[in-house]
Amino acid sequence: MNKVGSFIGRYQLSHFIILALLIFVVMPLALDSFRLNMVGKYLTYAFVALGLVLCWGYGGILSLGQGVFFGIGGYCMAMFLKLEASSPENTAIQSTPGIPDFMDWNQLTELPWFWVPFQSFTFTIFAILILPAAFAFIIAVAMFKRRVGGVYFAIITQAIAAILTILIIGQQGYTGGVNGITDLRTLHGWDIRTDEAKTILYFVNGLLLFGCLFVARYIIKSKLGRLLVAMREREDRVRFSGYDVSAFKIFIFCAAATISAIGGAMFTLQVGFMSPTFVGTGPSIEMVIFCALGGRLAILGAVYGALVVNWAKTSFSESFPELWLFAMGALFIGVVMAFPNGLAGLYQTYIAPWLQKYVPEKFHWIITNRNPEESGAEIAVAGETASEDEKKSKAGELSHAGN
Amino acid sequence: MFADYSMAELTSIFAMQGFAGLILFSVFVLMALGLAIIFGQMGVINMAHGEFMILGAYVTYLTSNVFSAYLPESIYGSYFFIAMILAFFITGALGALVEWSIIRHLYKRPLDTLLATWGLSLIMQQIYRSVFGAREVGVTLPDWLMGSYAITDMIEVPINGIFVMVLTIVITIAVALMMQRSRLGKQTRAVVQNRPMAAAVGINTEKVDRLTFALGCGIAGIAGSAFTMIGSTGPTAGQLYIVDTFLVVVFGGASSLIGTVASAFTISQAQSTMEFFLSGSMAKVLTLLTVVIILMLRPEGLFSLKMRR
Amino acid sequence: MHSGTRPKTGNLRRRSLLKNLLAIPAALALAHAPSTLADAANTTGLAVTADTVKVGILHSVTGTMAISETGSVQAEKLAIEQINAMGGVLGRKIEFIQEDGASDWPTFAEKSKKLLVNDKVAAVFGCWTSASRKAALPVFEQYNGMLYYPTFYEGLEQSPNVIYTGQEATQQILEGLDWADKTKGAKKYFLLGSDYIWPRTSNKIARKHIENVLGDKVVGEEYYPLGHTQFNSVINKIKLKKPDVVFISVVGGSNVAFYKQLKAAGIDMSKEKPLFLTISVTEDEILGIGGENIEGIYASMKYFQSLPNDNNKAFVEAFKKKWGKDIVIGDVTQAAYLGPWLWKAAVEKAGSFDIDKVREASPGIELTTAPEGYVKVHPNHHLWSKTRIGQAQKDGQYKVVYESKELIEPNPFPEGYQ
Repeated sequence: MNKVGSFIGRYQLSHFIILALLIFVVMPLALDSFRLNMVGKYLTYAFVALGLVLCWGYGGILSLGQGVFFGIGGYCMAMFLKLEASSPENTAIQSTPGIPDFMDWNQLTELPWFWVPFQSFTFTIFAILILPAAFAFIIAVAMFKRRVGGVYFAIITQAIAAILTILIIGQQGYTGGVNGITDLRTLHGWDIRTDEAKTILYFVNGLLLFGCLFVARYIIKSKLGRLLVAMREREDRVRFSGYDVSAFKIFIFCAAATISAIGGAMFTLQVGFMSPTFVGTGPSIEMVIFCALGGRLAILGAVYGALVVNWAKTSFSESFPELWLFAMGALFIGVVMAFPNGLAGLYQTYIAPWLQKYVPEKFHWIITNRNPEESGAEIAVAGETASEDEKKSKAGELSHAGN
Repeated sequence: MFADYSMAELTSIFAMQGFAGLILFSVFVLMALGLAIIFGQMGVINMAHGEFMILGAYVTYLTSNVFSAYLPESIYGSYFFIAMILAFFITGALGALVEWSIIRHLYKRPLDTLLATWGLSLIMQQIYRSVFGAREVGVTLPDWLMGSYAITDMIEVPINGIFVMVLTIVITIAVALMMQRSRLGKQTRAVVQNRPMAAAVGINTEKVDRLTFALGCGIAGIAGSAFTMIGSTGPTAGQLYIVDTFLVVVFGGASSLIGTVASAFTISQAQSTMEFFLSGSMAKVLTLLTVVIILMLRPEGLFSLKMRR
Repeated sequence: MHSGTRPKTGNLRRRSLLKNLLAIPAALALAHAPSTLADAANTTGLAVTADTVKVGILHSVTGTMAISETGSVQAEKLAIEQINAMGGVLGRKIEFIQEDGASDWPTFAEKSKKLLVNDKVAAVFGCWTSASRKAALPVFEQYNGMLYYPTFYEGLEQSPNVIYTGQEATQQILEGLDWADKTKGAKKYFLLGSDYIWPRTSNKIARKHIENVLGDKVVGEEYYPLGHTQFNSVINKIKLKKPDVVFISVVGGSNVAFYKQLKAAGIDMSKEKPLFLTISVTEDEILGIGGENIEGIYASMKYFQSLPNDNNKAFVEAFKKKWGKDIVIGDVTQAAYLGPWLWKAAVEKAGSFDIDKVREASPGIELTTAPEGYVKVHPNHHLWSKTRIGQAQKDGQYKVVYESKELIEPNPFPEGYQ
């Protein structure tokens, strides 16, 4: 096996290639630029779902506030773009030219201090990567050092999402309020609204997504990944073996935050604005379903989950707007009750064995990972065995939380 | 901050704000009580709690329509009590159905109950929208519930506020007695503390689960019914309550009813005091933030059940 | 639920994925097709055939905003139906494509783009909240579409691609405050709103007007988060500060909570001590609040269902005939109804569906058949309109107690109010 192959694993490699073909070849060829841009938008949610696979699927930490990090990334990018769009020439009719229009409407006469550094693109990139991680770090240290577990963590992160939304809406002079930051035009003079720009951004987005997928894959394959799984299953045993459990949790939560923020930044670039609706509690929970549908243990599943749910949402809401919520609700319930391992589990349990019957044996490594080289340590956890494990681990969660 | 007001005015401010805080407290307790049972006792994260409350509100709306259409005017004033009883049983029955069809398969996966009940809440919202329309419905209140009682020139006490408070006290006492004294309450606590052992001594755990869940939902229904007096009744109104409700329960220490009451009291008084001196939005942010920070420092909440597991 | 052209277009769109996969070569071949169909009335390839023209309706029918936007959808459909019954626009029947904004701002942008780029509609009637308009606006400007926006809003905007059929803030607010000052002798004002841009901007304008023009005093200004349901604290503040007028721009479900709690707190709104003046509660909202809970407050708007003129009587009758006898019509619903009519007038004046020509023809368009009486399009794309003060009655209707003498000029960037 070559180097990449041994890093990803042969089975995984084939699946990575299929996804890459889908994103970089099939979609751009099959879709007009309008639909392609929409797929680009869906793929930005895949970043969040990927983050959730890491911290929820592997770390056992369910965050209902991933929208917060998506939002921070998106707002950082939006602030930079807005400042570029608010050049003194463009805003000459304002009473204070050179500041964003919504500040002018709110009688601000100079740029607030925390906006100033966002005139620099380097700083913006830096902020998108560091700020969410730092914020996640503060939350995580406070919570995990005190061994706050699953359910509590979920509820507190949800409250944080609620707080941030109210804050952003309330401070409209500084944030653009409920309207968000709109009318973003250029990135370093490059018009991001044209069809060509959107196509280029789609590919950039796809590349970044693959970058994140590789990182996630690396984390999972590393010793850290195995420790995370061990922790999720039996936290005390890992602790008694001498590991600092909270440090791993903090790390994985911060990593998930950064990945989400990259998605947020790409969202702003492709959609052309950012608003507090993405920070709220509703979208944050919806993002969890992308991950759950894809399979909470499957990093590639996260991408498919985000694509399928959003595609369904768009086509449903175009054709039967009234039925959309029924379908979405049924999806939540169905995934949890019937397919706890999502599409990935479905594939492993039903489709792969079926395929195996019809495909010559030497190509089996493409279909399934059940081959001698890849023991069932990682993605393999599908089907019955996994749901058994799952039950045990989740049963443990509440008791961790309480005491 | 206080300089603008005279001494007499300040006294009135504190009296009135204290009372506003008490109403808010009652609202919080009513919201949280059902959830304290479902989440605190059973460990089920019921994200559809708000929608169960709204079901209670819609039941009240329908009852009021039936009363005004078919029954003599003289007994219209009493419809509210009938509505609350109906709300309790209808939401309770739906709760039992939900427990039977969804929740009972998920007891070992609390985080998954969160997702499933969120899905349920979406479906319930859409049902309300299809049946009652997207607009809010106006629930007509009996006359005796409107108006206020003037204590002094400055201090006036809304009658429906008193009604909510009395209702809260009655329900809280009833729930507390039930959990402590009744057979179901004892069985519930036994099941919560040690399910296999409870089953071993002959408790029908499935039945206990179903009744407990139904009870929690039923109380949500009563709360929703009472909230038609002070809030709006629309398909998405339930969403407004969910974050607050969970915070109250968690802040109180999930498995303790006293904790829920104490936490509702603390949060409501803090919020209503801050609302008076700050703008409404900032008061809300500060209250939530304080609660979250305290929870980070003291994750077990105000009161926690001390026991070995 | 949707009648009209929906099933057909819906069906088309459901197959779009398949179509897209199969149709790439076909699309290339057809790329030049529109130009061969073009005639003098349509030189830019809009979805106009010899006997039909496509327009878009873009409102939320799901999500939190569905409550408010339903009325606008109904009004726009009624107007389109009536126009078609009269023979359509330039001899073409209007077909509408309805999209759901789902109360989600990016969805509005996305659907706008779909309507403009894929469906090539000649006009879009839609958006409700400022946020949805702000999200969709860049799309309309980029692809040169025309949006008819019905809601009263905060002003500070004037796009060549939008016709604002509702009132901008100064039209709605100043007349109301003048009225309170002159006829009711108000001196002290308390400003209360939901926490977002429209109430904040409205109150900013109100404050400047109260302090600088009327020479009166603002004794309090408060904002609560959208969806807030506990107003006892602010009611206490109102009691304590004893303003003459409480000027309210609370929106959505919060309204219900606010007025119910106000009444419960022993404040009789019809005693006018203080006087309650709202710019946000239309007949639509009263339905949810309950007439008995809001009886006696005043609203400052351009339209009430009870307006006694003949245009309005015909409009109300047609509306009830189509959508049910219990339905109520608020300010925004009426403004939404104006959209298709204004567009029709502009198209006929221009003799063309081309967006640029419609834009050029729009200023000066008059509508003598408007339910609110008479409106005229200003060069800044807003409408000249009268402002009325209505007092809420127990049956959920407003009784008009005052009407501005002249049409009020729209002024989205008011000097001295910023």
